[in-house]
Amino acid sequence: MVISAASREKIALEITKYPKPRGALLPALHLVHAEHGFVSPESAQELAQIFEIRPFEVMEVVSFYNMFHDTKQPRHQVRVCTNLPCSLRGARDLLHRLEAHLGVRAGEATADGRIRLGFEECLGACAYAPMMRVDHEYHEDLDVERAKRILDALD
Amino acid sequence: MLKAPQVRGYLTEHFADDAFGTLEGYVKRGGYQAARKALGEMTPEAVIELVKASGLQGRGGAGFGTGLKWSFMPKTTDKPKFLVCNADESEPGSFKDRLLMERGPHLMLEGILIAAYATGASKTFIYIRGEYAFPADQVERAVAEAYAKGYLGKNVMKSGFAHDVVVQRGAGAYICGEETGLLESLEGKKGQPRKKPPFPAQFGAFGMPTTVNNVETFSHVPHIVGKGAEWFRTFGTEKSPGTTIFGVSGHVARPGLYELPLGTRLDEIVFEHAGGVPGGRKLKGVIPGGMSMPILPAGQLDVPMANEFLKERKTMLGTGGIMVMDETTCMVRVACVISYFLRDESCGQCTQCREGTGWMHKILERIERGAGEEADLGILLDIAAKMEGQTICAFSDAAAWPVQGLLRHFRGDFEAHVREHKCPFAESFEL
Repeated sequence: MVISAASREKIALEITKYPKPRGALLPALHLVHAEHGFVSPESAQELAQIFEIRPFEVMEVVSFYNMFHDTKQPRHQVRVCTNLPCSLRGARDLLHRLEAHLGVRAGEATADGRIRLGFEECLGACAYAPMMRVDHEYHEDLDVERAKRILDALD
Repeated sequence: MLKAPQVRGYLTEHFADDAFGTLEGYVKRGGYQAARKALGEMTPEAVIELVKASGLQGRGGAGFGTGLKWSFMPKTTDKPKFLVCNADESEPGSFKDRLLMERGPHLMLEGILIAAYATGASKTFIYIRGEYAFPADQVERAVAEAYAKGYLGKNVMKSGFAHDVVVQRGAGAYICGEETGLLESLEGKKGQPRKKPPFPAQFGAFGMPTTVNNVETFSHVPHIVGKGAEWFRTFGTEKSPGTTIFGVSGHVARPGLYELPLGTRLDEIVFEHAGGVPGGRKLKGVIPGGMSMPILPAGQLDVPMANEFLKERKTMLGTGGIMVMDETTCMVRVACVISYFLRDESCGQCTQCREGTGWMHKILERIERGAGEEADLGILLDIAAKMEGQTICAFSDAAAWPVQGLLRHFRGDFEAHVREHKCPFAESFEL
Protein backbone atom coordinates (compact mmCIF):
# COMPACT_ATOMS: atom_id res chain seq x y z
CA MET A 1 0.00 0.00 0.00
CA VAL A 2 1.29 3.46 -0.86
CA ILE A 3 -1.36 5.45 1.01
CA SER A 4 -0.40 5.28 4.69
CA ALA A 5 -2.66 4.02 7.46
CA ALA A 6 -2.72 7.52 8.95
CA SER A 7 -3.98 9.03 5.67
CA ARG A 8 -6.52 6.24 5.25
CA GLU A 9 -7.88 7.05 8.69
CA LYS A 10 -8.20 10.73 7.78
CA ILE A 11 -9.91 9.84 4.49
CA ALA A 12 -12.38 7.62 6.36
CA LEU A 13 -13.19 10.54 8.67
CA GLU A 14 -13.70 12.89 5.70
CA ILE A 15 -16.09 10.42 4.09
CA THR A 16 -18.40 10.59 7.14
CA LYS A 17 -18.92 14.33 6.52
CA TYR A 18 -20.56 13.90 3.11
CA PRO A 19 -23.94 12.47 2.03
CA LYS A 20 -22.10 10.43 -0.61
CA PRO A 21 -18.56 9.08 -0.07
CA ARG A 22 -17.19 10.64 -3.24
CA GLY A 23 -17.58 14.11 -1.71
CA ALA A 24 -14.36 13.30 0.14
CA LEU A 25 -12.34 12.70 -3.06
CA LEU A 26 -10.80 16.21 -3.19
CA PRO A 27 -9.86 16.07 0.52
CA ALA A 28 -8.39 12.60 -0.11
CA LEU A 29 -6.37 13.86 -3.07
CA HIS A 30 -5.02 16.71 -0.91
CA LEU A 31 -3.94 14.12 1.68
CA VAL A 32 -2.21 12.02 -0.99
CA HIS A 33 -0.38 15.14 -2.20
CA ALA A 34 0.67 16.02 1.34
CA GLU A 35 2.15 12.52 1.64
CA HIS A 36 3.66 11.91 -1.81
CA GLY A 37 3.48 15.20 -3.73
CA PHE A 38 1.61 13.58 -6.62
CA VAL A 39 -0.90 10.86 -7.50
CA SER A 40 0.92 7.78 -8.77
CA PRO A 41 -0.90 5.00 -10.63
CA GLU A 42 -0.71 2.98 -7.39
CA SER A 43 -2.28 5.82 -5.37
CA ALA A 44 -5.01 6.20 -7.99
CA GLN A 45 -5.71 2.45 -7.80
CA GLU A 46 -5.97 2.58 -4.03
CA LEU A 47 -8.19 5.70 -4.05
CA ALA A 48 -10.41 4.02 -6.63
CA GLN A 49 -10.83 1.08 -4.26
CA ILE A 50 -11.61 3.33 -1.30
CA PHE A 51 -14.22 5.34 -3.24
CA GLU A 52 -15.53 2.40 -5.29
CA ILE A 53 -14.91 4.17 -8.58
CA ARG A 54 -12.54 3.40 -11.44
CA PRO A 55 -8.94 4.66 -11.50
CA PHE A 56 -9.58 6.80 -14.58
CA GLU A 57 -12.31 8.61 -12.66
CA VAL A 58 -9.69 9.52 -10.09
CA MET A 59 -7.25 10.65 -12.77
CA GLU A 60 -9.79 12.78 -14.67
CA VAL A 61 -10.27 14.74 -11.45
CA VAL A 62 -6.50 14.98 -10.94
CA SER A 63 -5.99 16.32 -14.47
CA PHE A 64 -8.77 18.91 -14.14
CA TYR A 65 -7.23 20.82 -11.22
CA ASN A 66 -4.00 22.88 -11.35
CA MET A 67 -2.92 21.93 -7.84
CA PHE A 68 -3.02 18.18 -8.45
CA HIS A 69 -0.19 16.34 -10.23
CA ASP A 70 0.22 12.95 -11.85
CA THR A 71 4.03 12.99 -11.94
CA LYS A 72 6.65 13.29 -9.24
CA GLN A 73 7.15 16.94 -8.32
CA PRO A 74 10.14 18.98 -7.16
CA ARG A 75 10.27 19.78 -3.45
CA HIS A 76 8.80 23.27 -3.90
CA GLN A 77 6.19 24.82 -6.15
CA VAL A 78 6.79 28.50 -6.89
CA ARG A 79 4.14 30.42 -8.78
CA VAL A 80 4.30 34.07 -9.75
CA CYS A 81 0.86 35.58 -10.30
CA THR A 82 0.81 37.13 -13.78
CA ASN A 83 -2.82 38.09 -14.11
CA LEU A 84 -3.69 41.67 -15.04
CA PRO A 85 -3.42 43.47 -11.67
CA CYS A 86 -0.03 41.84 -11.03
CA SER A 87 1.20 42.36 -14.60
CA LEU A 88 0.39 46.08 -14.26
CA ARG A 89 2.79 46.18 -11.31
CA GLY A 90 5.79 44.33 -12.71
CA ALA A 91 4.95 40.64 -12.28
CA ARG A 92 6.29 39.64 -15.72
CA ASP A 93 9.60 41.35 -15.03
CA LEU A 94 9.82 39.51 -11.70
CA LEU A 95 9.06 36.18 -13.39
CA HIS A 96 11.71 36.71 -16.06
CA ARG A 97 14.35 37.65 -13.48
CA LEU A 98 13.52 34.56 -11.41
CA GLU A 99 13.81 32.45 -14.56
CA ALA A 100 17.31 33.86 -15.05
CA HIS A 101 18.17 33.40 -11.38
CA LEU A 102 17.18 29.74 -11.34
CA GLY A 103 18.30 29.02 -14.91
CA VAL A 104 14.94 27.60 -15.96
CA ARG A 105 12.02 28.71 -18.12
CA ALA A 106 8.60 29.18 -16.52
CA GLY A 107 6.98 25.76 -16.19
CA GLU A 108 10.30 23.96 -15.73
CA ALA A 109 11.97 22.53 -12.62
CA THR A 110 15.54 23.09 -11.51
CA ALA A 111 17.88 20.20 -12.33
CA ASP A 112 18.47 19.44 -8.62
CA GLY A 113 14.75 18.80 -8.11
CA ARG A 114 14.34 21.72 -5.70
CA ILE A 115 11.93 24.10 -7.38
CA ARG A 116 9.40 24.21 -10.15
CA LEU A 117 8.94 27.84 -11.22
CA GLY A 118 5.74 28.77 -12.95
CA PHE A 119 3.11 31.44 -13.29
CA GLU A 120 -0.44 31.31 -12.10
CA GLU A 121 -3.72 33.14 -12.63
CA CYS A 122 -4.96 35.59 -10.00
CA LEU A 123 -4.22 34.46 -6.47
CA GLY A 124 -6.33 37.15 -4.79
CA ALA A 125 -3.45 39.40 -3.80
CA CYS A 126 -4.11 42.12 -6.38
CA ALA A 127 -3.27 45.12 -4.20
CA TYR A 128 -0.04 43.54 -2.97
CA ALA A 129 1.59 42.90 -6.34
CA PRO A 130 3.92 41.57 -7.47
CA MET A 131 3.56 38.40 -5.45
CA MET A 132 4.34 34.71 -5.58
CA ARG A 133 3.03 31.57 -3.94
CA VAL A 134 5.69 29.24 -2.52
CA ASP A 135 3.94 25.95 -1.78
CA HIS A 136 1.09 27.04 0.52
CA GLU A 137 2.51 30.41 1.49
CA TYR A 138 1.98 33.84 -0.10
CA HIS A 139 4.82 36.36 -0.42
CA GLU A 140 3.46 39.80 -1.33
CA ASP A 141 4.73 43.31 -2.20
CA LEU A 142 7.87 41.66 -3.57
CA ASP A 143 10.93 43.16 -5.15
CA VAL A 144 13.30 41.03 -7.19
CA GLU A 145 16.02 40.83 -4.55
CA ARG A 146 13.66 39.73 -1.79
CA ALA A 147 12.08 37.14 -4.07
CA LYS A 148 15.53 35.72 -4.90
CA ARG A 149 16.41 35.52 -1.20
CA ILE A 150 13.18 33.63 -0.49
CA LEU A 151 13.98 31.10 -3.22
CA ASP A 152 17.61 30.76 -2.10
CA ALA A 153 16.46 29.91 1.41
CA LEU A 154 14.39 26.93 0.26
CA ASP A 155 15.85 23.48 0.99
CA MET B 1 -2.77 38.13 7.56
CA LEU B 2 -4.09 40.90 5.30
CA LYS B 3 -4.01 44.40 6.73
CA ALA B 4 -7.32 45.87 7.90
CA PRO B 5 -8.76 48.28 5.33
CA GLN B 6 -8.13 51.96 6.01
CA VAL B 7 -11.68 52.87 5.07
CA ARG B 8 -14.05 50.68 7.03
CA GLY B 9 -17.81 50.29 7.36
CA TYR B 10 -19.94 47.96 9.46
CA LEU B 11 -18.49 44.76 7.96
CA THR B 12 -14.86 45.58 8.64
CA GLU B 13 -15.37 47.96 11.61
CA HIS B 14 -13.39 45.78 14.05
CA PHE B 15 -10.93 44.27 11.56
CA ALA B 16 -7.97 46.19 13.00
CA ASP B 17 -8.45 44.07 16.15
CA ASP B 18 -6.70 40.73 15.57
CA ALA B 19 -8.83 39.15 18.32
CA PHE B 20 -11.99 39.78 16.28
CA GLY B 21 -11.09 36.63 14.33
CA THR B 22 -11.38 34.51 17.47
CA LEU B 23 -14.68 33.41 19.02
CA GLU B 24 -13.92 35.19 22.28
CA GLY B 25 -13.01 38.45 20.55
CA TYR B 26 -16.02 38.24 18.26
CA VAL B 27 -18.47 37.63 21.11
CA LYS B 28 -16.91 40.53 23.06
CA ARG B 29 -17.83 42.80 20.13
CA GLY B 30 -21.44 41.64 20.21
CA GLY B 31 -21.00 38.64 17.93
CA TYR B 32 -23.62 35.87 17.67
CA GLN B 33 -26.33 38.09 19.22
CA ALA B 34 -28.07 38.35 15.85
CA ALA B 35 -28.07 34.56 15.45
CA ARG B 36 -29.41 34.23 19.00
CA LYS B 37 -32.21 36.64 18.10
CA ALA B 38 -33.06 34.87 14.82
CA LEU B 39 -33.03 31.37 16.28
CA GLY B 40 -34.72 32.36 19.55
CA GLU B 41 -37.25 35.00 18.60
CA MET B 42 -37.98 34.80 14.88
CA THR B 43 -39.62 32.30 12.56
CA PRO B 44 -37.64 31.21 9.50
CA GLU B 45 -40.22 32.99 7.32
CA ALA B 46 -39.73 36.22 9.27
CA VAL B 47 -35.95 36.03 8.70
CA ILE B 48 -36.46 35.58 4.96
CA GLU B 49 -38.95 38.49 4.87
CA LEU B 50 -36.48 40.69 6.76
CA VAL B 51 -33.63 39.91 4.35
CA LYS B 52 -36.00 40.52 1.41
CA ALA B 53 -37.01 43.86 2.92
CA SER B 54 -33.36 44.84 3.37
CA GLY B 55 -32.81 44.54 -0.39
CA LEU B 56 -29.50 42.69 0.13
CA GLN B 57 -28.10 41.54 -3.20
CA GLY B 58 -25.56 38.74 -3.59
CA ARG B 59 -21.98 40.00 -3.53
CA GLY B 60 -20.47 37.17 -5.58
CA GLY B 61 -20.90 38.90 -8.93
CA ALA B 62 -24.43 38.33 -10.19
CA GLY B 63 -26.22 40.57 -7.66
CA PHE B 64 -29.31 38.39 -7.23
CA GLY B 65 -31.68 39.21 -4.35
CA THR B 66 -30.58 37.16 -1.34
CA GLY B 67 -33.94 36.91 0.43
CA LEU B 68 -35.64 35.89 -2.81
CA LYS B 69 -33.00 33.21 -3.39
CA TRP B 70 -33.60 31.80 0.10
CA SER B 71 -37.35 31.70 -0.53
CA PHE B 72 -36.79 29.28 -3.45
CA MET B 73 -35.82 26.51 -1.03
CA PRO B 74 -38.68 24.01 -0.73
CA LYS B 75 -40.64 24.38 2.53
CA THR B 76 -41.92 20.82 2.63
CA THR B 77 -39.48 18.13 1.62
CA ASP B 78 -38.25 14.92 3.18
CA LYS B 79 -34.76 15.49 1.76
CA PRO B 80 -31.97 17.12 3.74
CA LYS B 81 -31.36 20.72 2.69
CA PHE B 82 -27.92 22.24 2.33
CA LEU B 83 -26.24 25.61 2.20
CA VAL B 84 -23.04 26.24 0.30
CA CYS B 85 -20.72 29.12 1.05
CA ASN B 86 -18.93 30.05 -2.16
CA ALA B 87 -15.44 30.99 -1.02
CA ASP B 88 -13.82 30.14 -4.33
CA GLU B 89 -12.86 33.77 -4.88
CA SER B 90 -10.93 33.69 -8.16
CA GLU B 91 -12.17 36.60 -10.23
CA PRO B 92 -9.06 38.57 -11.19
CA GLY B 93 -9.06 41.85 -9.27
CA SER B 94 -11.04 40.42 -6.33
CA PHE B 95 -9.66 39.70 -2.88
CA LYS B 96 -12.33 40.84 -0.43
CA ASP B 97 -13.53 37.38 0.61
CA ARG B 98 -9.96 36.56 1.57
CA LEU B 99 -10.02 39.51 3.99
CA LEU B 100 -13.39 38.47 5.42
CA MET B 101 -12.17 34.91 6.06
CA GLU B 102 -8.83 35.99 7.49
CA ARG B 103 -10.11 38.71 9.84
CA GLY B 104 -13.80 37.94 10.33
CA PRO B 105 -14.50 34.20 10.00
CA HIS B 106 -17.10 34.25 12.80
CA LEU B 107 -19.07 37.05 11.11
CA MET B 108 -19.37 34.79 8.05
CA LEU B 109 -20.24 31.79 10.23
CA GLU B 110 -22.95 33.75 12.06
CA GLY B 111 -24.45 34.73 8.69
CA ILE B 112 -24.35 31.08 7.67
CA LEU B 113 -26.17 30.04 10.86
CA ILE B 114 -28.94 32.59 10.28
CA ALA B 115 -29.29 31.57 6.62
CA ALA B 116 -29.36 27.89 7.61
CA TYR B 117 -32.15 28.55 10.10
CA ALA B 118 -34.12 30.58 7.54
CA THR B 119 -33.84 27.95 4.80
CA GLY B 120 -34.03 24.88 7.04
CA ALA B 121 -30.59 23.64 6.02
CA SER B 122 -28.98 20.96 8.17
CA LYS B 123 -25.47 21.35 6.82
CA THR B 124 -23.26 23.98 5.18
CA PHE B 125 -20.34 23.23 2.92
CA ILE B 126 -17.79 26.05 2.80
CA TYR B 127 -15.84 25.64 -0.45
CA ILE B 128 -12.59 27.63 -0.32
CA ARG B 129 -10.24 27.91 -3.29
CA GLY B 130 -7.21 25.68 -2.80
CA GLU B 131 -4.67 28.49 -3.04
CA TYR B 132 -6.26 30.24 -0.03
CA ALA B 133 -4.46 28.02 2.50
CA PHE B 134 -4.23 30.63 5.25
CA PRO B 135 -7.85 31.85 4.96
CA ALA B 136 -8.96 28.20 5.00
CA ASP B 137 -6.90 27.58 8.15
CA GLN B 138 -8.59 30.57 9.78
CA VAL B 139 -12.06 29.34 8.82
CA GLU B 140 -11.32 25.79 10.01
CA ARG B 141 -10.08 27.15 13.31
CA ALA B 142 -13.22 29.27 13.70
CA VAL B 143 -15.47 26.30 12.88
CA ALA B 144 -13.68 24.18 15.51
CA GLU B 145 -14.13 26.98 18.10
CA ALA B 146 -17.82 27.28 17.24
CA TYR B 147 -18.34 23.54 17.71
CA ALA B 148 -16.42 23.54 21.01
CA LYS B 149 -18.55 26.37 22.43
CA GLY B 150 -21.93 25.15 21.19
CA TYR B 151 -22.39 27.63 18.31
CA LEU B 152 -22.50 24.70 15.89
CA GLY B 153 -23.64 21.11 16.31
CA LYS B 154 -26.71 19.33 17.61
CA ASN B 155 -28.17 22.17 19.68
CA VAL B 156 -26.97 25.55 18.44
CA MET B 157 -26.88 28.03 21.34
CA LYS B 158 -29.39 25.79 23.16
CA SER B 159 -32.07 26.76 20.65
CA GLY B 160 -32.90 23.23 19.57
CA PHE B 161 -31.65 24.00 16.03
CA ALA B 162 -28.97 21.65 14.69
CA HIS B 163 -26.36 22.63 12.16
CA ASP B 164 -23.09 21.22 10.85
CA VAL B 165 -20.37 22.95 8.83
CA VAL B 166 -17.88 21.18 6.56
CA VAL B 167 -14.91 23.00 5.01
CA GLN B 168 -13.68 21.76 1.67
CA ARG B 169 -10.60 23.08 -0.15
CA GLY B 170 -10.62 23.41 -3.91
CA ALA B 171 -7.60 22.60 -6.02
CA GLY B 172 -7.11 25.37 -8.56
CA ALA B 173 -9.88 25.87 -11.11
CA TYR B 174 -11.54 29.26 -11.77
CA ILE B 175 -14.73 27.62 -13.05
CA CYS B 176 -15.47 26.19 -9.60
CA GLY B 177 -16.60 29.70 -8.62
CA GLU B 178 -19.62 29.16 -10.90
CA GLU B 179 -22.19 27.77 -8.50
CA THR B 180 -22.97 24.50 -10.27
CA GLY B 181 -19.31 23.96 -11.18
CA LEU B 182 -18.67 24.34 -7.47
CA LEU B 183 -21.35 21.76 -6.66
CA GLU B 184 -19.75 19.25 -9.04
CA SER B 185 -16.35 19.86 -7.45
CA LEU B 186 -17.82 19.49 -3.98
CA GLU B 187 -19.11 16.08 -5.06
CA GLY B 188 -15.56 15.01 -5.99
CA LYS B 189 -15.81 15.54 -9.73
CA LYS B 190 -14.41 17.82 -12.42
CA GLY B 191 -15.86 21.29 -11.84
CA GLN B 192 -17.92 21.47 -15.00
CA PRO B 193 -21.10 23.55 -14.63
CA ARG B 194 -24.51 21.88 -14.85
CA LYS B 195 -27.37 22.69 -17.16
CA LYS B 196 -30.12 24.71 -15.50
CA PRO B 197 -32.92 23.98 -14.78
CA PRO B 198 -33.04 22.22 -12.43
CA PHE B 199 -31.71 25.03 -10.23
CA PRO B 200 -29.76 24.29 -7.03
CA ALA B 201 -32.80 25.03 -4.82
CA GLN B 202 -34.39 21.91 -6.33
CA PHE B 203 -31.34 19.81 -7.23
CA GLY B 204 -28.15 21.10 -5.66
CA ALA B 205 -25.29 19.53 -3.69
CA PHE B 206 -25.54 15.72 -3.87
CA GLY B 207 -28.94 16.17 -5.53
CA MET B 208 -30.46 17.88 -2.47
CA PRO B 209 -32.13 21.32 -2.24
CA THR B 210 -29.26 23.81 -1.88
CA THR B 211 -28.71 27.55 -1.62
CA VAL B 212 -25.33 28.95 -2.65
CA ASN B 213 -24.22 32.35 -1.32
CA ASN B 214 -20.94 34.22 -1.38
CA VAL B 215 -18.74 34.90 1.70
CA GLU B 216 -19.51 38.62 1.75
CA THR B 217 -23.24 38.04 1.27
CA PHE B 218 -23.35 35.90 4.42
CA SER B 219 -21.30 38.51 6.29
CA HIS B 220 -23.97 41.22 5.80
CA VAL B 221 -26.74 39.05 7.26
CA PRO B 222 -25.95 39.34 11.01
CA HIS B 223 -25.94 43.13 10.66
CA ILE B 224 -29.35 43.10 8.95
CA VAL B 225 -30.87 40.80 11.58
CA GLY B 226 -29.25 42.75 14.42
CA LYS B 227 -30.06 46.28 13.29
CA GLY B 228 -32.95 45.90 10.89
CA ALA B 229 -33.77 46.37 7.21
CA GLU B 230 -34.33 50.11 7.53
CA TRP B 231 -30.92 50.63 9.10
CA PHE B 232 -29.33 48.57 6.26
CA ARG B 233 -31.07 50.74 3.70
CA THR B 234 -29.45 53.88 5.11
CA PHE B 235 -26.32 52.69 3.23
CA GLY B 236 -26.07 52.52 -0.53
CA THR B 237 -28.72 53.38 -3.09
CA GLU B 238 -32.42 52.61 -3.16
CA LYS B 239 -31.94 49.69 -5.54
CA SER B 240 -28.53 48.60 -4.21
CA PRO B 241 -28.49 48.93 -0.42
CA GLY B 242 -25.60 48.31 1.94
CA THR B 243 -21.86 48.62 1.70
CA THR B 244 -19.40 46.44 -0.19
CA ILE B 245 -15.66 45.96 -0.03
CA PHE B 246 -14.05 47.36 -3.15
CA GLY B 247 -10.64 46.01 -4.09
CA VAL B 248 -8.51 48.58 -5.90
CA SER B 249 -5.45 47.40 -7.82
CA GLY B 250 -3.17 48.41 -10.69
CA HIS B 251 -1.82 51.91 -11.27
CA VAL B 252 -2.94 53.70 -8.10
CA ALA B 253 -0.99 55.26 -5.26
CA ARG B 254 -2.79 53.29 -2.54
CA PRO B 255 -4.01 49.91 -3.79
CA GLY B 256 -6.08 48.04 -1.21
CA LEU B 257 -9.52 47.21 0.11
CA TYR B 258 -12.08 49.92 0.85
CA GLU B 259 -15.46 49.29 2.45
CA LEU B 260 -17.83 51.91 1.09
CA PRO B 261 -21.56 52.23 0.43
CA LEU B 262 -22.77 50.92 -2.92
CA GLY B 263 -23.33 53.92 -5.14
CA THR B 264 -20.03 55.57 -4.16
CA ARG B 265 -18.71 57.20 -7.31
CA LEU B 266 -15.93 55.39 -9.13
CA ASP B 267 -13.82 58.56 -9.46
CA GLU B 268 -14.09 59.12 -5.71
CA ILE B 269 -12.78 55.59 -5.06
CA VAL B 270 -9.95 55.82 -7.57
CA PHE B 271 -8.76 59.38 -6.91
CA GLU B 272 -9.70 60.18 -3.31
CA HIS B 273 -9.48 56.85 -1.55
CA ALA B 274 -6.85 55.08 -3.65
CA GLY B 275 -4.86 58.27 -4.32
CA GLY B 276 -5.14 58.33 -8.11
CA VAL B 277 -2.49 57.44 -10.67
CA PRO B 278 1.07 57.89 -9.34
CA GLY B 279 4.07 59.42 -11.11
CA GLY B 280 2.18 62.31 -12.68
CA ARG B 281 0.77 60.03 -15.36
CA LYS B 282 -2.76 60.25 -16.68
CA LEU B 283 -5.51 57.69 -16.26
CA LYS B 284 -6.47 55.62 -19.30
CA GLY B 285 -9.16 53.18 -18.22
CA VAL B 286 -10.70 51.29 -15.30
CA ILE B 287 -12.21 47.83 -15.11
CA PRO B 288 -14.88 48.39 -12.43
CA GLY B 289 -15.94 44.93 -11.24
CA GLY B 290 -13.43 42.14 -11.75
CA MET B 291 -11.94 41.02 -15.04
CA SER B 292 -15.22 39.80 -16.59
CA MET B 293 -16.77 43.27 -16.54
CA PRO B 294 -16.27 45.65 -19.48
CA ILE B 295 -13.77 48.49 -19.06
CA LEU B 296 -14.65 52.20 -18.71
CA PRO B 297 -12.45 54.89 -20.30
CA ALA B 298 -11.01 57.73 -18.19
CA GLY B 299 -13.85 60.12 -19.09
CA GLN B 300 -16.57 57.84 -17.70
CA LEU B 301 -15.60 57.52 -14.05
CA ASP B 302 -18.37 59.86 -12.89
CA VAL B 303 -20.59 56.86 -12.26
CA PRO B 304 -22.02 55.57 -8.96
CA MET B 305 -20.83 52.02 -8.27
CA ALA B 306 -24.20 50.26 -8.34
CA ASN B 307 -25.63 48.09 -11.09
CA GLU B 308 -28.52 50.40 -11.97
CA PHE B 309 -25.97 53.08 -12.97
CA LEU B 310 -23.18 50.88 -14.31
CA LYS B 311 -25.61 49.14 -16.68
CA GLU B 312 -26.17 52.48 -18.43
CA ARG B 313 -22.44 52.44 -19.19
CA LYS B 314 -22.67 48.84 -20.46
CA THR B 315 -20.76 47.37 -17.53
CA MET B 316 -21.53 45.93 -14.11
CA LEU B 317 -20.45 45.92 -10.46
CA GLY B 318 -19.42 42.25 -10.56
CA THR B 319 -17.26 41.53 -7.53
CA GLY B 320 -16.20 45.14 -7.01
CA GLY B 321 -12.63 44.50 -8.13
CA ILE B 322 -11.44 47.83 -9.57
CA MET B 323 -8.39 47.62 -11.85
CA VAL B 324 -6.80 50.94 -12.78
CA MET B 325 -4.64 51.47 -15.86
CA ASP B 326 -2.55 54.53 -16.65
CA GLU B 327 -1.77 56.15 -20.00
CA THR B 328 1.22 53.87 -20.69
CA THR B 329 -1.02 50.80 -20.81
CA CYS B 330 -1.43 48.97 -24.12
CA MET B 331 -5.04 47.79 -24.28
CA VAL B 332 -4.15 45.03 -26.75
CA ARG B 333 -1.80 43.60 -24.12
CA VAL B 334 -4.62 43.89 -21.58
CA ALA B 335 -6.82 41.90 -23.97
CA CYS B 336 -4.04 39.32 -24.42
CA VAL B 337 -3.71 38.78 -20.65
CA ILE B 338 -7.48 38.48 -20.26
CA SER B 339 -7.94 36.12 -23.20
CA TYR B 340 -5.02 33.90 -22.12
CA PHE B 341 -6.67 33.50 -18.74
CA LEU B 342 -10.07 32.74 -20.27
CA ARG B 343 -8.65 30.19 -22.70
CA ASP B 344 -6.81 28.51 -19.85
CA GLU B 345 -9.81 28.40 -17.51
CA SER B 346 -12.64 27.48 -19.91
CA CYS B 347 -13.85 24.10 -18.67
CA GLY B 348 -14.17 22.87 -22.26
CA GLN B 349 -17.76 21.58 -22.18
CA CYS B 350 -19.32 24.04 -24.64
CA THR B 351 -17.87 24.54 -28.12
CA GLN B 352 -18.55 28.29 -28.24
CA CYS B 353 -16.53 28.90 -25.10
CA ARG B 354 -13.77 26.30 -25.58
CA GLU B 355 -13.04 27.32 -29.17
CA GLY B 356 -14.02 30.98 -28.90
CA THR B 357 -11.64 31.80 -26.04
CA GLY B 358 -8.76 30.13 -27.93
CA TRP B 359 -9.52 31.89 -31.21
CA MET B 360 -9.79 35.27 -29.49
CA HIS B 361 -6.44 34.73 -27.79
CA LYS B 362 -4.71 33.72 -31.03
CA ILE B 363 -6.03 36.74 -32.91
CA LEU B 364 -5.16 39.14 -30.09
CA GLU B 365 -1.60 37.81 -29.87
CA ARG B 366 -1.29 38.20 -33.62
CA ILE B 367 -2.42 41.83 -33.39
CA GLU B 368 -0.01 42.51 -30.52
CA ARG B 369 2.90 41.02 -32.52
CA GLY B 370 2.08 43.39 -35.38
CA ALA B 371 0.84 40.63 -37.65
CA GLY B 372 -2.84 41.52 -37.38
CA GLU B 373 -5.11 42.76 -40.16
CA GLU B 374 -7.95 45.27 -40.22
CA ALA B 375 -10.43 42.41 -40.64
CA ASP B 376 -9.30 40.83 -37.35
CA LEU B 377 -11.22 43.43 -35.32
CA GLY B 378 -14.47 42.43 -37.01
CA ILE B 379 -13.67 38.75 -36.52
CA LEU B 380 -13.08 39.33 -32.79
CA LEU B 381 -16.48 41.01 -32.41
CA ASP B 382 -18.13 38.27 -34.44
CA ILE B 383 -16.64 35.55 -32.23
CA ALA B 384 -17.62 37.47 -29.10
CA ALA B 385 -21.21 37.84 -30.29
CA LYS B 386 -21.46 34.11 -30.96
CA MET B 387 -20.12 33.27 -27.50
CA GLU B 388 -22.90 35.17 -25.74
CA GLY B 389 -26.04 33.48 -24.49
CA GLN B 390 -25.28 30.11 -26.09
CA THR B 391 -23.65 28.07 -23.36
CA ILE B 392 -24.32 26.11 -20.17
CA CYS B 393 -22.94 28.78 -17.86
CA ALA B 394 -22.13 32.50 -17.90
CA PHE B 395 -18.36 32.01 -18.31
CA SER B 396 -18.67 32.36 -22.07
CA ASP B 397 -20.68 35.59 -21.80
CA ALA B 398 -18.19 36.93 -19.29
CA ALA B 399 -15.40 35.99 -21.73
CA ALA B 400 -17.01 37.97 -24.54
CA TRP B 401 -17.74 41.15 -22.52
CA PRO B 402 -14.22 42.34 -21.66
CA VAL B 403 -13.04 42.02 -25.28
CA GLN B 404 -16.16 43.82 -26.50
CA GLY B 405 -15.56 46.55 -23.91
CA LEU B 406 -11.93 47.04 -24.92
CA LEU B 407 -12.91 47.32 -28.60
CA ARG B 408 -15.78 49.69 -27.78
CA HIS B 409 -13.61 52.20 -25.94
CA PHE B 410 -10.05 51.60 -27.19
CA ARG B 411 -10.45 50.57 -30.81
CA GLY B 412 -7.74 53.07 -31.67
CA ASP B 413 -5.13 51.00 -29.79
CA PHE B 414 -6.00 47.93 -31.87
CA GLU B 415 -6.03 49.87 -35.15
CA ALA B 416 -2.63 51.42 -34.39
CA HIS B 417 -1.09 47.93 -33.99
CA VAL B 418 -2.53 46.86 -37.34
CA ARG B 419 -1.46 50.07 -39.10
CA GLU B 420 2.09 50.21 -37.70
CA HIS B 421 2.67 46.43 -37.72
CA LYS B 422 3.97 46.62 -34.15
CA CYS B 423 2.95 47.56 -30.63
CA PRO B 424 3.21 51.35 -30.41
CA PHE B 425 3.16 51.39 -26.60
CA ALA B 426 6.86 51.14 -25.67
CA GLU B 427 6.19 52.15 -22.06
CA SER B 428 3.45 49.61 -21.45
CA PHE B 429 3.65 46.81 -18.87
CA GLU B 430 5.63 43.82 -20.07
CA LEU B 431 3.81 40.85 -21.58
